[in-house]
Amino acid sequence: MKLASYLKIAFRVLMRRKFFTLISLFGIAFTMVVLITGVALFENSYSPHRPESRSDRFLTIWRARMTSSEHPGREWSSNPGYKFLDRFARDLPGAENFTIHSEPEQIAVFKDGRKIPMMFKRTDGAFWEVMDFDFLEGGPYSQADEANRNFVAVINEATRDLYFGGQPALGETIEIDGQRFRVAGVVRNVAEYRVFPYADAWAPISTQKTDLYRDRLMGSYYGTVLAESRAAIPGIKQAFKARFKDVPSPRPDRYDIFLSFTDTYLEAWAREFSSWNNWEEDAGVTRMILIAAGLVLLFMLLPAVNLINLNVSRIMERASEIGVRKAFGATSRALTWQFLTENLALTLLGGLAGLVGAWLVLTWINVSGFIPYARLHVNFTVFAAALALSTLFGVLSGVYPAWRMSKTHPATALKGGAR
Amino acid sequence: MIKLDNVHKVYRTDKVETVALAKINLEVGEGEFVSVMGPSGCGKSTMLNIMGLLDAPSDGAVKIGGEPIQSYRDKHVARIRNETIGFIFQNFHLIPDLRVRDNVALPLLYRKTRTNGERRAVEAALDRVGLSSRMDHFPTQLSGGQQQRVAIARAIIGAPKVLLADEPTGNLDSQMGEEIMGILEKLNGDGATIVMVTHDQRLADRTHRVVRIFDGQQVN
Repeated sequence: MKLASYLKIAFRVLMRRKFFTLISLFGIAFTMVVLITGVALFENSYSPHRPESRSDRFLTIWRARMTSSEHPGREWSSNPGYKFLDRFARDLPGAENFTIHSEPEQIAVFKDGRKIPMMFKRTDGAFWEVMDFDFLEGGPYSQADEANRNFVAVINEATRDLYFGGQPALGETIEIDGQRFRVAGVVRNVAEYRVFPYADAWAPISTQKTDLYRDRLMGSYYGTVLAESRAAIPGIKQAFKARFKDVPSPRPDRYDIFLSFTDTYLEAWAREFSSWNNWEEDAGVTRMILIAAGLVLLFMLLPAVNLINLNVSRIMERASEIGVRKAFGATSRALTWQFLTENLALTLLGGLAGLVGAWLVLTWINVSGFIPYARLHVNFTVFAAALALSTLFGVLSGVYPAWRMSKTHPATALKGGAR
Repeated sequence: MIKLDNVHKVYRTDKVETVALAKINLEVGEGEFVSVMGPSGCGKSTMLNIMGLLDAPSDGAVKIGGEPIQSYRDKHVARIRNETIGFIFQNFHLIPDLRVRDNVALPLLYRKTRTNGERRAVEAALDRVGLSSRMDHFPTQLSGGQQQRVAIARAIIGAPKVLLADEPTGNLDSQMGEEIMGILEKLNGDGATIVMVTHDQRLADRTHRVVRIFDGQQVN
């Protein structure tokens, strides 16, 4: 009943001051659009979704470094090489599966004299067991294809449309990087923000033009471990770390210390976020979360301060109402709740507008090709985040004005003033 | 019902000290209708505010309904204002964003225990002031006299023992003022204790007793 009364008056006050309401709603909605879009980008690229629906059990090996104990400044860092991953990351206790795959490489294919740019990735057969791609035609190549150096490839639907004019591509031949591959399967497009599985075409590692990759500890590969369970992750990390001492240096005269990590996706994000030079054992997840929360708060602070000013300016207008409510028994606490409720109603309305705005922005990103193959959407997590952010915004911008309003002396307020 | 015992009210700023009320001793009995008169700025409204616990005295004691006011803590005085006192203001002070029925129901919003018969209580209060047909109007859709009647309905809905009216006819023409005075007299006849600040001698003459204030002091 009290809440209904507060909401009723909130609605009336908002309608009475349409311009003020519009300005406030715009400020809140704009802030929310940016935040919700950010949350959606993070959620869609980090959370388990196909083809990484088991990413909560993934550990990725994506960095390696060699240093010298005698010369601390001497360093060689890059992605790990195939040899290192093949010899030291396989069969870790607690691992259900393991795949080696290259960084996607930008290349161009030609069809009827037309240049088609694409991202090309080489993988082992286990890649298709660890990832769960959505196949539109055929299926993946196998570990046997990799072992036998079969020239088979999987392409995505965009490549099929460009190269084969949208016609079925299964069994057809495609020339990629000067090599001819038989199409074994066609998969649904994977967005670029899915860093590890993303590409336009995939082929066995063994089909490379040379075998040099087999001897390299440092290189341009990723390793992805699929843990048996989330509980197995700490054990896998420990076992991986214990193997470093056996890694032979390719240049013993220059480097004698090898370092790499098995990171969860969140840890990989944190390590990337904290810069390329983070070689600490702790990837800095807590620090990343704190900084991100701080940035969100900072970003919300400006419109919140603006809204606080607008709200405080309403004190003078509604002083008489405050006086009357106090005269008839309202406590300062009740008034604080009332004004906070009004502000929350306004910010939730702004949050709703922001949600619609963010949906429009995400739809634009999806259709514009700004991020290749993006399929960003507002799901329950994003909606919950929007709700939480709106509430936080409402509380941030409402508490001080509400408190100040509630402390107005009733006799002064009834005269039309506020102090 | 109301007792002011040697009440003193001083307003202080950094440089100036203004005595608004000095040594006020006043007792208003149950069922009494008292009017307070005096020139503008003499302290009438300050006295009414102290009686209504909207302001605290600088010195002296206040009793409402036999209960000495020992604490002016927000929660404590809010409860007494809600349960014991009803206010009627010169400017009506209706909330423009609320319909008549919601304005009238305002005191019930802050009751600890809520009753189911709120709608009936609103109807009854508006009936007593002859305005039950205007429940769904907004204050701006009513005349000054009608607005003051709504304000009276709001003041009486919680069945307070005391009504404090600060120049209730001050913003009304004589005919409307007469109507409002008639309602107040009827409420007093039904048992309400009323203290009314007024500039109108004719209205004051119709009350049981007139208290005169001059320069913050009681002169009769």
